[in-house]
Amino acid sequence: MMRRTRTGLTVELIEEISHEKGEPKWMLERRLRSLRIFEKLPMPRFGPDLSEVDFADISYYLRTVEPVQNWDELPEEIRRTFEELGLPEAERKALAGLGAQVDSEVVYRSILQEVRAQGVIFEPMEEALRNHPELVRAHFMKVIPPEDNKFAALHGAVWSGGTFVWVPEGVEVEIPLQAYFRMQTQGVGQFEHTLIVAEPGSSVHYIEGCSAPRYTRVALHSGMVEIVAKEGAHVRFTTIQNWSRNVYNLNNKRAIAYAGAAVDWVSGSLGSKVTMLYPSTILAGKGAKTENLSFSFSRDGQWLDLGARALHFAPDTSSRLVSRSVVQGKAKSVFRGKLYVAPEARGAKGHVECSTLLLSPEAETETIPTLDVRNDEVEVGHEATVGRVSWEQLFYLMSRGLDEAEAMSLIVNGFVSPILREIPFEYAVELRRLLEMSFAEAIG
Amino acid sequence: MAILEVKDLVVSVEGKRILNGVSLSLEEGKVHALMGPNGSGKSTLAFAIAGHPGYVIESGRIFFVGEDITEVPPHERARKGLFLGFQYPPEVEGVRLREFLRLAAANCQEPFCEFQKLYREALEYLHMEDLGERELNVGFSGGEKKRSELLQMRVLRPKVALLDEPDSGVDVDALRLIASGIEEAARSGTAVLLITHYPRILEYLPPAKVFILDEGRVVKEDGPELAWEIERTGYEAVR
Ligand SMILES: Nc1ncnc2c1ncn2[C@@H]1O[C@H](COP(=O)(O)OP(=O)(O)OP(=O)(O)O)[C@@H](O)[C@H]1O
Ligand SMILES: [Mg+2]
Repeated sequence: MMRRTRTGLTVELIEEISHEKGEPKWMLERRLRSLRIFEKLPMPRFGPDLSEVDFADISYYLRTVEPVQNWDELPEEIRRTFEELGLPEAERKALAGLGAQVDSEVVYRSILQEVRAQGVIFEPMEEALRNHPELVRAHFMKVIPPEDNKFAALHGAVWSGGTFVWVPEGVEVEIPLQAYFRMQTQGVGQFEHTLIVAEPGSSVHYIEGCSAPRYTRVALHSGMVEIVAKEGAHVRFTTIQNWSRNVYNLNNKRAIAYAGAAVDWVSGSLGSKVTMLYPSTILAGKGAKTENLSFSFSRDGQWLDLGARALHFAPDTSSRLVSRSVVQGKAKSVFRGKLYVAPEARGAKGHVECSTLLLSPEAETETIPTLDVRNDEVEVGHEATVGRVSWEQLFYLMSRGLDEAEAMSLIVNGFVSPILREIPFEYAVELRRLLEMSFAEAIG
Repeated sequence: MAILEVKDLVVSVEGKRILNGVSLSLEEGKVHALMGPNGSGKSTLAFAIAGHPGYVIESGRIFFVGEDITEVPPHERARKGLFLGFQYPPEVEGVRLREFLRLAAANCQEPFCEFQKLYREALEYLHMEDLGERELNVGFSGGEKKRSELLQMRVLRPKVALLDEPDSGVDVDALRLIASGIEEAARSGTAVLLITHYPRILEYLPPAKVFILDEGRVVKEDGPELAWEIERTGYEAVR
């Protein structure tokens, strides 16, 4: 349990962070308020064991964290994976925290030019705070207030880095926006804050993370994503997470969708020691929609505690929460699918579907659906299945010349394909390679 | 020359002995029929030759083009040119037939462009154009599954094809297609072991030899007329 006496988090530290960043006074006040809330709130009362998270021992301001100096510091497993994926040198370095990536910098600039011409704001959070203080102020931590949970409050106190996206009315951003390394290195992605505001009738797809393993020495990652989709806007948010196995990855992600808006969450979780992630959508206006597609691959020693929530507060809203979890070795995978339908949300439709594929006898899984429906004029459904790879299937594929690892990864790929299909091509290809490698290792 | 040779094969499944010393050999470019009552061990023999780990070879050997493959894992047997058409092909969700076959073909050293051509041609030949982009056997009808097996054989062009009841549950037109597909394969050199209950398919495809399996043993081996004899008199006469 966390120590009651002195944590490494102090008013002075927060003041220092805020001062250093040259923040407006209101932001400092919000940070300090979050700190007070953090101190009062209890640790989450469900899910994985977080007793090893020592708040006193975390460097909150990453400027002070030494970057990795050389290859030898990287875990052997990660170095091998980089090699097998055939990543270019520059990219490996960036992923290892060894330096910024030159190529992506160039891509980033050209994309930036293109979207800025459409009037889109796509900036590091710190810059946005300077350049567009009123816009940021109006939305920052309004979808997820610090009172929501202990890690939201922590984030509110110490956030650093991240991205701000604002899409003007009616503008459709064609290319998916990605947080390039330039942005990520600013906060080394520990407490980064991503805020996306889509004005009425606009659309945007944002991609975060990457499928190649990402090494960090920092043991706690607690980012936040807030999305505001105004009337008729469409926002899609894709995350691929493959943190190194020392990381506690405890994120908050939530969207609010106004009338006729659509928000899609697509999440792939591979890495970390412990992950808690439950992207949520508040369906606030008539006819708002959300899709929440999640896949996870847990291996030895991991506990991936995932979920999805749809909160229906308006009539004719709809939601579809789909998850595919694969568990290998002695790992644990949990999926919490929650549907809340308010009394005024007549004509709401919601569907939760979770399937798990167990690859080993020691693998553990739990699906925890919560359907809280407060009116009669709704259509809600829930399905959950747990299965194992059958010998029959495996032998069938092998009888056509696929070796066991190939056959296994094809079956697993097939199982997660409803989600993988929704992931941009380059990522999906790399994910496939990762799965294959993992089976090749397990089978030997 | 015999391209596949099975010698005194004794096989058990889950501790129960199913094959009690089966010997047979298959010749290049010829069709061989394997008949026998339900439960006599026909599928067991096919699985054992293909290397299914659940079918334990207690004794006996399997030779493929002169090489002892008794201990070779199933995927390597396939890569050498052994094919098993399943009696009950399993469904594999999320895996597309094309994608799967492309991987299989690549493992069998089939160049990609050659695969594309073969695949298109095979789909057309078997009237399966609508199934080409579907998931592997998922929701296929019984007859469609049988055609899917034959399609896979056509694309992979094996040296030896063990076809477990390719004619069960298929309509007349499909039967004719399947038979002529098998005949073509044989003509191009494939040795075929055709497991069947019905002499009808053999009308299209006269076998060089008919083997009768009963209680895990080959009890008779003769020319094509044997199939008709069985049809008339049942298995009693050969026991
Ligand atoms: N996996 C298994 N577990 C237990 N028994 C099995 C298994 N596979 C086969 N058997 C048994 O082995 C015997 C032979 O089965 P096999 O499937 O080889 O017969 P078959 O000749 O192909 O029959 P059919 O004409 O009905 O297809 C049967 O008694 C069957 O029950
Ligand atoms: Mg059989």
